[in-house]
Amino acid sequence: MSTIKSEPSAAAARGGGGLSPRKRRRVILGVQYAIVIGVIGLIAATVDWPTIREHFLDVDAARQMLPTLFTVALKNTVIYTLSAYVIGFLLGLLLALMRMSSAAPYRWAALVYVEIFRGLPALLVLMLIGFGIPIAFQGLQFPGDVYGKVAIGLGLVAAAYMAETFRAGLQAVPRGQMEAARSLGMSHSRAMVSVVIPQALRLVIPPLTNELILLFKDSSLVSALGITAATIELTKLGSDAAINSADATPFVVAGLTYLIITVPLGFVVRRLEARQTRGR
Amino acid sequence: MIRVLAQSAVEIRNLHKSFGHLEVLKGIDFSVDTGQVVCVIGPSGSGKSTLLRCVNLLEQPTAGQVIVEGVELTHPDVDIDAARRRVGMVFQQFNLFPHMTALQNVMIAQQRVLKRGRAEAERIARENLDKVGVGNKAGSYPAQLSGGQQQRVAIARALAMSPALMLFDEPTSALDPELVGDVLTVMRKLAEEGMTMLVVTHEMAFARDVADRVVFMDGGVIVEDGPAEQVIGSPKHERTKTFLRRVLDPTHHEI
Repeated sequence: MSTIKSEPSAAAARGGGGLSPRKRRRVILGVQYAIVIGVIGLIAATVDWPTIREHFLDVDAARQMLPTLFTVALKNTVIYTLSAYVIGFLLGLLLALMRMSSAAPYRWAALVYVEIFRGLPALLVLMLIGFGIPIAFQGLQFPGDVYGKVAIGLGLVAAAYMAETFRAGLQAVPRGQMEAARSLGMSHSRAMVSVVIPQALRLVIPPLTNELILLFKDSSLVSALGITAATIELTKLGSDAAINSADATPFVVAGLTYLIITVPLGFVVRRLEARQTRGR
Repeated sequence: MIRVLAQSAVEIRNLHKSFGHLEVLKGIDFSVDTGQVVCVIGPSGSGKSTLLRCVNLLEQPTAGQVIVEGVELTHPDVDIDAARRRVGMVFQQFNLFPHMTALQNVMIAQQRVLKRGRAEAERIARENLDKVGVGNKAGSYPAQLSGGQQQRVAIARALAMSPALMLFDEPTSALDPELVGDVLTVMRKLAEEGMTMLVVTHEMAFARDVADRVVFMDGGVIVEDGPAEQVIGSPKHERTKTFLRRVLDPTHHEI
């Protein structure tokens, strides 16, 4: 269209006056870079680096957390997360199957469950299990005490979310799969177990891995139950250490420790999602 | 089990099927004798697929009786899972299980339904895969196979259950034209071996050459039912003639 020799016609194509779209894009891009450089310059000039280093990146304060950080806090965080995840997974799958049951009471029960536990804050449920149940049923012991309370409290909430994920997965398996299985003489439940559920699980692996990340972070709510040195998890360890050393470094250390787990998991989720869009 | 005196492989009496207010089958009576190959033809929406799906009760008939191998499938107390074992079905969209290899697809129902041991199920699976010409694809997943190969695995999967009757629901309609022949060849071989077959199809050449009988359906009723050469070669009814003209000579009909 516009060549160097025929400049008048190029100007006409632009609709007269102003920059060409190409030049306008270049200007906009230039402005965006200028803003980024400006912000970085402003931060570098105004921030008090020695103070930052002293309060957020204090190596001594970090070192004091060291063996416990991994041997107790991270270990407990992982235990809380996985135990709640297992309960959420099994209960969620059961609820999803109930949601799709041909018996109305099951459908209703599952729906009510999901609506309640999806609508309540996880902290409230945790306290209800941790404090409310022991008050109501005197002498009742949870298996593993705090571990049991956390697994159930967080698991109940996770189940509500996972139930919806499972249901989406089960409904995404084409109807023809069930029909083919039934036409081979499989009963409905046999067809679900051998044909439909395995395919649904593959479909929901990415969202379920996301749920694992969410649970990993929600395990910080455990500190509300008043945990001991033996059952401490990352956030509580961070805040205790921060109080002791009167500085913010332990928060940063605890935060980085979460990221050690969550960032690779996030990477796995992206890989799985990419494979699913490519495959099949 | 409820047995009815019968010589036919399939007997259908006064079959009705409605979806809501839409009546798709308006009283079908017909039967398929053991060893017979019957092709059902007709325009889309004529109810031919619904009829086929009623034969193994993938669709629950609104009224009427379906009797397969002397067992009334429409009886309320029938063990439908047991009855379906005797009826193989091949779908337009293949419906292979995508999370299993071809071999596993053919083995799973043998193991879980017929309770055959692993070794026996594998032997029978390989026999049937060889029979339909995809024995060398036993380890492949459905996504790695062409449509024609997938459909042949699906046929092997049904055959491995030793069915007395095979239902084919437009088995070649989802295939690329050059792959249709592979599947039809397998079906012709089955017919020659004496398998009882009920085939919904648009392949007129197959119907003419292989079928003992051709049934023409339109508007939820059987319009014409007779030997293949008669129904396709010299149809009696005007509706059959119009349909065949459109199918056999699609570029020259009046709109």
